[in-house]
Amino acid sequence: MSSVLRATGLNKTFAAGGMFRAIGADKKAVVDLSFDLQAGQTLAIVGESGSGKSTVARMAMQLLAADSGEIFWGDEEVTHLSGSALRSRRRHIQMVFQDPFASLNPRMKIWESVAEGLKVHQPSLSRGQRRDAVAAVLNQCGLDEGGMDRYPHQFSGGQRQRIGIARALIVEPKVLVLDEPVSALDVSVQAQILNLLNDIQKDRGLSYLFISHDLSVVRHIADHVAVMFAGHVVEQGAVADVFGNCRHPYTDALLKARPIAHPDERSPVDTLAATDEGVAESGCPFRNRCTVAQSDCAGFDARLNAQGFACLHPLNITTDE
Amino acid sequence: MISFARSFPLMFIGGLIVACVTLLALLAPWIAPYDPSEINVKVILLPPSWEHWCGTDTLGRDVFSRMLYGARVSLAVGFVAVGISLVIGLILGAVAGFSGGRIDGVMMRLTDMVLCFPTFFLILAVIAFLEPSIWNIMIVIGLTSWMGVTRLVRAEFLSLRHREFVMAAQGLGVSSIRMMWRYLLPNAMGPVLVSAVLGIAGAVLVESGLSFLGLGVQPPDASWGNILTEGKDNIQIAWWLSMFPGLAILITVLGYNLLGEGLRDYFDPKLKS
Repeated sequence: MSSVLRATGLNKTFAAGGMFRAIGADKKAVVDLSFDLQAGQTLAIVGESGSGKSTVARMAMQLLAADSGEIFWGDEEVTHLSGSALRSRRRHIQMVFQDPFASLNPRMKIWESVAEGLKVHQPSLSRGQRRDAVAAVLNQCGLDEGGMDRYPHQFSGGQRQRIGIARALIVEPKVLVLDEPVSALDVSVQAQILNLLNDIQKDRGLSYLFISHDLSVVRHIADHVAVMFAGHVVEQGAVADVFGNCRHPYTDALLKARPIAHPDERSPVDTLAATDEGVAESGCPFRNRCTVAQSDCAGFDARLNAQGFACLHPLNITTDE
Repeated sequence: MISFARSFPLMFIGGLIVACVTLLALLAPWIAPYDPSEINVKVILLPPSWEHWCGTDTLGRDVFSRMLYGARVSLAVGFVAVGISLVIGLILGAVAGFSGGRIDGVMMRLTDMVLCFPTFFLILAVIAFLEPSIWNIMIVIGLTSWMGVTRLVRAEFLSLRHREFVMAAQGLGVSSIRMMWRYLLPNAMGPVLVSAVLGIAGAVLVESGLSFLGLGVQPPDASWGNILTEGKDNIQIAWWLSMFPGLAILITVLGYNLLGEGLRDYFDPKLKS
């Protein structure tokens, strides 16, 4: 298997304030993050709001420059590229956005929005060829090509998300970055879109970088998962391992925080306790909210160990380890 | 049409006024009962009557006919001046808003500097050096009123740049020129249109003021401003000379303001739901 998207040692800090630097502290959005996405696989990044998931997506797309670290699209390192060199390589990786109402240009017809990638990457195509290609990709995304001369506001949220997927697929990328692609949709529509994504992945052998806060969705679609807290990856591994036998207390808390579907099932005791002191400035970032934190956590540099978690007092350790 | 008039009554009235004034101005040669510069000493300073709807002036010229031709001047100045300020404002605002960072900072500080000049006196100063003519007025008003448009376009571009559809286009590799032309500009045009319509009202007022001071349209050509000047000298004996051009300015400016405010509400997504 070959790597299609790889990140090594990514860092991103957002400066607080513009002219008045003294107000507030700089926000560390992503700290020393690495991942490797293989062809045909799905890597999910999960975490709560503000954990840096979307920043990772934007850096993977090179829509946002990392402060340090490298990103590889296939074998090629792209963090040093800019201008037309970067533009010509963009068809390798495409993105589907969270908000289906904000992700399409309201002043462009659907087919124009979808054909935009062809205009950039295959400028020799005629208008008719572009329309044919758009119709084909819309069909694959479960839309009737009869609507291609309409404007985005004439479509529902689920339909628009399909259009957004079609726009990404038309340049035949190797990787799709999916930034919470279903969290703005109704549950029934969510399932349709997830099934569509599954089918497309099988069809085209695509790789997905799937950003989500919804663990049940992740369990359904992902092969590997990275759990982020405050810019750090705190646990990483195969979905079955991380969800079945989590080691990091934060992963455990996330899993237990999921809504319970059946009234007979009782929600377990909230392991996040009542503490909401936020992120620790030094040491393990989670220690202020952690139920098993001890004094040595303050000196821990919160890096993933060889087993794929960043914790001094992991849960679920069997005796033979 | 009726439901539109009901939901946006002010805009409807404003649009109606603007349409009427524009129509009267365009059709002036056919509507005007007399030649606007025809002097007739037998009918000096007649009050309004069936022969002369708005009376006659000190040279016996028909005030109504002169006002119709004055409307052409006012509207031409309004449209051309706003056109010039739109072109300048769109280009500068687009560059500043799209580039951001240092270029944006420098351009906006320069804009602020120009904004600091009291516009009317700047125009007076420039006109003092140039020949006062309708063309010079159009150009000078246009060159001194682009700052608002610039700031508006820049602000729109800055906020649009972070929208998801713009990022999607960036992710596809769309070029900067195409990005501005197809993604940012069309979505920024609503507020720009509003400010353009309000700008026409402002330009009409400035032109009237300049003509009133004798620095605008020169007699014998008619303009609402220079009819008013004549009216001012005879206000005790011929009220109609100042009343009718004054009303014309008032109604026209009101019409454009109502239309502009109405368009603002119309484009405001918060009021739409």
